[in-house]
Amino acid sequence: MSLPAYATPSEKFAYYGLRVFVGLVLLFLISPILAIMPLSFNSDMFFSYPMPGFSLRWYEDFFFNPRWQSALWLSGILAILTTILSTTLGTLAALGLARGNLPFRATIMAVLISPMIVPIIISALGMFFFYAKLNLLGTLPGLVLAHTALATPFVVITVTATLSSFDRTLMRAGESLGASPSTVFFRVVMPLILPGMISGALFAFGTSFDEVIAVIFIAGPEQRTLPRQMFSGIREQISPTITAAATVLIILSTLMLVTVELLRRRSERLRGIRS
Amino acid sequence: MTSVPINSDNIMRAADGTPLKQKLAQAQRQAQLKALALIAPLFLFIVISFLVPIASMLVNAFYDPDVHNEMPQTVAAIATWDGKELPDEAVFAAFAADMKAAHKAKTSAQIGKRLNYEVPTLKSKVTVTARKLDKVEAGPWKEAVIGIDPVWGDPETWAVIKRATSSYTSFYLLNVVDLKQTADGKVVSVEDNRKIYRDILFRTLGISFMVTLLTLIMGFPVAYLLATVPQRTASILMILVLLPFWTSLLVRTTAWSILLQDGGVVSQLLHISGITWLLNALGLISGEPQLFKTRFATVLAMVHIQLPFTLLPIYSVMKTISPTYMRAARSLGAKPAYAYWRVYVPQTLPGVAAGCLLTFILCLGYYITPALVGGPADNMISGFIDIAMTQENNWGKASALGAVLLTATMILYYVYNKLIGIDRMKLG
Repeated sequence: MSLPAYATPSEKFAYYGLRVFVGLVLLFLISPILAIMPLSFNSDMFFSYPMPGFSLRWYEDFFFNPRWQSALWLSGILAILTTILSTTLGTLAALGLARGNLPFRATIMAVLISPMIVPIIISALGMFFFYAKLNLLGTLPGLVLAHTALATPFVVITVTATLSSFDRTLMRAGESLGASPSTVFFRVVMPLILPGMISGALFAFGTSFDEVIAVIFIAGPEQRTLPRQMFSGIREQISPTITAAATVLIILSTLMLVTVELLRRRSERLRGIRS
Repeated sequence: MTSVPINSDNIMRAADGTPLKQKLAQAQRQAQLKALALIAPLFLFIVISFLVPIASMLVNAFYDPDVHNEMPQTVAAIATWDGKELPDEAVFAAFAADMKAAHKAKTSAQIGKRLNYEVPTLKSKVTVTARKLDKVEAGPWKEAVIGIDPVWGDPETWAVIKRATSSYTSFYLLNVVDLKQTADGKVVSVEDNRKIYRDILFRTLGISFMVTLLTLIMGFPVAYLLATVPQRTASILMILVLLPFWTSLLVRTTAWSILLQDGGVVSQLLHISGITWLLNALGLISGEPQLFKTRFATVLAMVHIQLPFTLLPIYSVMKTISPTYMRAARSLGAKPAYAYWRVYVPQTLPGVAAGCLLTFILCLGYYITPALVGGPADNMISGFIDIAMTQENNWGKASALGAVLLTATMILYYVYNKLIGIDRMKLG
C-alpha cells in the first residue's frame, strides 16, 4: 500500500499519521528490552544512564555465583524434562484430535487447553494441595508434572495448527503401499509435522523456564529456579545481576523466536502454502 | 462391480457378507477409538493432575469441618437452640466440656481461628476461655463461662458458633462478596467500613478492562499497517512485535521495574524531554513523578505484555480481508473514512473479539506484574489469594476468592469458545 499521486491532504495525513503512531507503538514494545541490555554492562550499582563505565562483573556473578549457577541448572533440567514429557503427550493428543468426526471434540479440546486459561495462582494452589497428599512437594518429579500440565496446551495448539492443513491422503498412500502404522508415522507424518512439534516444544520449554508461581507453591525452599531467584531478587533488593540474567534470557528467547520463524516458513514451503 | 457382491435383497455387502453400511460404521468406530486412545493419556493426565486438584481445592470454600470435629458435644447440644435468647445451661455445659478437651488437645487455637473470621477478637478469647475453664471443676457453667468473658453472654456469638458447627459453611463465599449471615439466618451486606472484596473484584475488572482497551487502541493500527504493507516490510516489523511476545513475562516485568525506579531511565527520559517540567507547570505533580509502585506502572507494564496477544489475532484476520471490498466501496462513492469504518472495520471484528477476549481473560489472573511494579493498592484478586494463603493461612478465604476468579474466567472462556472456537487459537 503506497500513497497514490492523487491523494487528498486528509489521505496524506492519515497515511503519515498511521506510520508515526505505529512507529511509536513499536518503539514502546521494543524499548524496554533494548534499554535493559546495556544496563547489564554497567560498572556501577545503579540503574540509570549515562553509565560511568563498562564492566562484565554482573555476568561474572550470574555465571559463577553458586546461587545463580544452581538456579540455572535446576531451571534447565526442569525445562528439558517438561519439554520431553509435554511434547510427547501433546503431540499424541493432537494426532488424535486431528482424526475426523470425534465425539465431544470441542469439550475435549476445552479441557486440554484449560491449564493455559485458568489463572496460574489457582492452578498453583490446586497443585499445592494435590502434591501435598502425594508427598511430591519439594521434589523434582512434582515440579516436572506441574510444569507439564501447564505446558501441554501450547504443544496441542501448535501441533493441531500444523495438522489442520496436513494432507491425510499421504497417510493412506503410505498404508496402501504396505507401510505399518508406525512406519507411516515416522516416515510420512513426522517429517511434515516436525516444525509444529519443535515450535510446541520451544513453547513448552519457554513456559517452564519462565514459570514462577507454581514453583513458589510446590518447590522446597532449597529448590530455587532461575525465575524464582529473579522474582525474590526484585521483591527484596534489586541486584544488577538481575539485568545480566534478563539479558541472557532475552538472547535465549531471540534464538527461540528465530528458530520458530524459520521452521514456520519451512513448514509452509513443505506444505505448499504460499503467503 | 465384481468386488462388491449384491444379493437378491439389494443390499451392498462386503467380501465377508456383512452389509457394507454396517462394515463402514464399524470402521468408523474403530477410527474413533484409535483417536480417543491417542488423546486419552493427556486427557487423563490433565483431569487427574489439574482439574481434580482444583476442584478439591475449591471445596475448601464451603467445607470446613474444624469446629464440627473439635466441638462434638456443643454440636449436639446447640442443635435444638432457637437462636433468639441465650442458650440454656446444657449448651454451656457442653461448650465447657469441649473447651476443656480442646485445651488438653491443644486445638483451641484452631477453633478460635475459625470463629475469629466472623467475630474478630474471638481467637484470643477462645484460647483464654479454654485455659481458664480447664481450672473450673463444676458448674453452673453458664455463669462460669460468661464470667470469663462477656462475649459469651451475647446471642450473636452463639449464632456464629451454631453456624460454624456445620461442616458446610457459606461464610467464606459470602465474605468474599462482602455479605454476611445474621443471627436469624438473613444474608445482608457487611458494614461499609468492612467492605473490601467488592473493591478488589471491581479493581481487577477495571484494570483488565483498561489494559484491554489500551491494547486495542494501540494494537489495531499496528495490525492494520502490518497487514497492508508489502510482505518483506511486514516480516521485519513483525519481529518487533514477536520479540517482546517471546521474551519471558518475568523478564519484561523485571525490565519495567528497573526502568521505572525512582530516578531510573523512564523518569530521566521524562525529565530530559521536558514532560516532568510540563506536568509541574500544569500543577499535576510537584517535583519528580512517582512512577514505581503505582497504578500507572501496573497498567503500563501489563499493556506492554498483553499488546501482542490482542494484536496477533486482529492481524491474522486482517490478512484475509481482500482489498477489493474497499475499492468497491470507494468506486460507489464512499469517502475513505466512511468506507474504512463501514466496510473494513466490521470485517475485522472476529479478530478484535478474539484478541480482546483473550487479553481480558489473561489479565484477570495477573499476579506477578501488579506484585512487582504496582503498589499495595494495585493488587488484583490473584494477589489477595496469595496473601490469604501464605500470610493469613486462611484456606477457606483463599479458595473462596479462587472460586470467584475462576467463575469469572470460566464464563469468559465459555464465551470465547462459543464465539471464536478454541481450536482457532494460534500462537505467534
